[in-house]
Amino acid sequence: MSRIVVLESRCKGCLLCAAQCPKKIIRQSERFNAKGYKIVEVADEDMALCTGCASCAMVCPDTAIRVFRTRKSAGAGE
Amino acid sequence: MNVACDIELQRKLTPGPDETLVFDAPKSLVDTPMHFCPGCQHGLIHRIVARTLDDMGLQERAIAVGSVGCSVFVYRYISMDCVEAPHGRATAVATGVKRARPGNFVYTFQGDGDLAAIGTAEAIHAANRGERISVIFVNNTTYGMTGGQMAPTTLLGQKTTTCVKGRERETAGAPIRMAELMAQLDGVAFSARVAVNSVKNIRKAEKAVRRAFEVQEQGLGFGFVEFLSTCPTNWRLDPIKANERVETEMIPCFPLGVFKEMGE
Amino acid sequence: MADAVQKKFIKGNEAIVYGALDAGCECYFAYPITPQNDIPELMSALLPERGGSFVQAESEVASANMLLGAAACGARSCTSSSSPGISLMQEAISYLAGSELPTVIVNMNRGGPGLGNLGPSQGDYFQAVKGGGHGDYRTLVLAPASGQECYDMMIEAFDLAFKYRNPVLVLGDSTVGQMKEPVVMRGPAPRNDYGAEDWRLEGARGRSPRLLKSLFLEDNSLGEHNRKLAEKYEAMQKEARAETFATEDAELVVVAFGVIGRIAKSAVRELRARGFKVGLVRPQTLYPFPSALLADLARKGRDIGRHFLTIEHNCGQMVEDVRLAVRRDADSAFFGYMPGDMPSSDDFIGPILEALENRNESKEHKE
Repeated sequence: MSRIVVLESRCKGCLLCAAQCPKKIIRQSERFNAKGYKIVEVADEDMALCTGCASCAMVCPDTAIRVFRTRKSAGAGE
Repeated sequence: MNVACDIELQRKLTPGPDETLVFDAPKSLVDTPMHFCPGCQHGLIHRIVARTLDDMGLQERAIAVGSVGCSVFVYRYISMDCVEAPHGRATAVATGVKRARPGNFVYTFQGDGDLAAIGTAEAIHAANRGERISVIFVNNTTYGMTGGQMAPTTLLGQKTTTCVKGRERETAGAPIRMAELMAQLDGVAFSARVAVNSVKNIRKAEKAVRRAFEVQEQGLGFGFVEFLSTCPTNWRLDPIKANERVETEMIPCFPLGVFKEMGE
Repeated sequence: MADAVQKKFIKGNEAIVYGALDAGCECYFAYPITPQNDIPELMSALLPERGGSFVQAESEVASANMLLGAAACGARSCTSSSSPGISLMQEAISYLAGSELPTVIVNMNRGGPGLGNLGPSQGDYFQAVKGGGHGDYRTLVLAPASGQECYDMMIEAFDLAFKYRNPVLVLGDSTVGQMKEPVVMRGPAPRNDYGAEDWRLEGARGRSPRLLKSLFLEDNSLGEHNRKLAEKYEAMQKEARAETFATEDAELVVVAFGVIGRIAKSAVRELRARGFKVGLVRPQTLYPFPSALLADLARKGRDIGRHFLTIEHNCGQMVEDVRLAVRRDADSAFFGYMPGDMPSSDDFIGPILEALENRNESKEHKE
């Protein structure tokens, strides 16, 4: 499983990441950050689908996403 | 909010034993919120510049020249020495910087009103002299900072606050294509137009910025990259529709590509 | 060129170049305009030989902004132009002042307004000393009256620019630029950058990034910045300087600057020989203005009813500053020689005698 971390204080809720995600797992949350932007999220159950392609982070205008990829050589069969 | 003070976030940002951080912020990009509107791609362009400065090891030698418009806060977002130029004069100021410090890496970050209207003379002549500087030019077809007035790059028919019925060729002329114009000048070593509307185009943009920086370092001449960028606020479009407009309306008028490239 | 002292018979414009070079000028940017083209021409030949950078800019707008870039790097930079070109530079001069950057700008004043003509004029006095561009700022202004002063004042101008981190204007005119005189040149001047290593841009290697700007958006920051600038302009006042001649017992003191001051001095000398008690003050700095010196002369001359006459090559600009300076104890009459051609000392004899006469009348009236 790969995963992304959204820096919620930086997110402006523009949803360019959601539009770019090939797995369509990024969605608008019901939460607002301190600036009043409705931030994005990935549901816990959807994170397993993340491939770590980093498309979301690439198109994010505010560099608000970090991407972690799981090494395949772990051998756990994930 | 200070990112570092959130313990839960810190835990999430720590890679697990079998994890690799595959996307992080460039080192030269200052860890601070950006003032740009939601979906505006200025921030993304700053990130590409910062990444290139890091990759080429230029940050400690870089002197940036800021301009006027939404581009004005370049110094807030990239960690480097910077001087602020009057509206349109960034390439003249950069000429002075480079002539005084030929060993430093010098670049400007300018919008379309700044470079292609009030600063056309300075831009064209710095390019024609082959000044060893690099120019990052952001074309979003409008004056963003002042409230969405018509720019020299505004598309025909596009409505702005100073052409409410849409830009007409008869009275306002047609959009100016700077990347092609720059390519005509002998002093220009690299000129390209790129977009950041897709991952594929972002990768091409990164290559173009690298090349525009390399020609300066190699002493070949003036490096120029025109970025097509969105202005959701003044276009009155949501960020996703604005991003789509880049593909459907801007690229047909402003074709992407490398218009000039000198080899070493 | 050898470092030794040498004397050359040269134009004022050429003396400007040699002064700049002996002051350590590293960058010169300019656009051609009559009557100062000797400066870029000679500079283009000499500056690159000495490792400096010469750029013929596409306009005065560009050359002044090139100064902004070079000055931000702490380089010794200068430009030269004449009136219409200086108008085009005002935007950049405002930014230079706002960003507190040192540079030297030479204006060989020609006739105006508009295209005017190529003859001498002092029509740019207000523009030079009252700011010129937008915002609340000042530039130091030096006014040479001879080829020697063209050379000396360039060296002084570079020093003052760095001392105060401020643009310095050298305001000459067509006459002082074109006139040939013997000029003593002393070789490279001692260089003091007054701590420029603490602010100049050179790349942020091993230190925090530096920023030079004139934009102040945060609450109260612009007010603070303007206050700091005002304090700096106040500190500059001690640099005020003027040549005085035969003022001790003068009943009438003529005030004139630049070449006009020099011509007026001939008239004063002639009238002294004829027994008239007249003297001269020639401001060498126009900003700061030698107000204290003039006020002192007015105060000390109260008993003899000392009066002033300001002579300018315009319709009356510096006379406002003279009147402000002497207002507690005296007043200044004005004689303006219309710009565009050259007066001789004879042209000033009549106006000086008239002012002396009027002073006597008003003195009798008071008695």
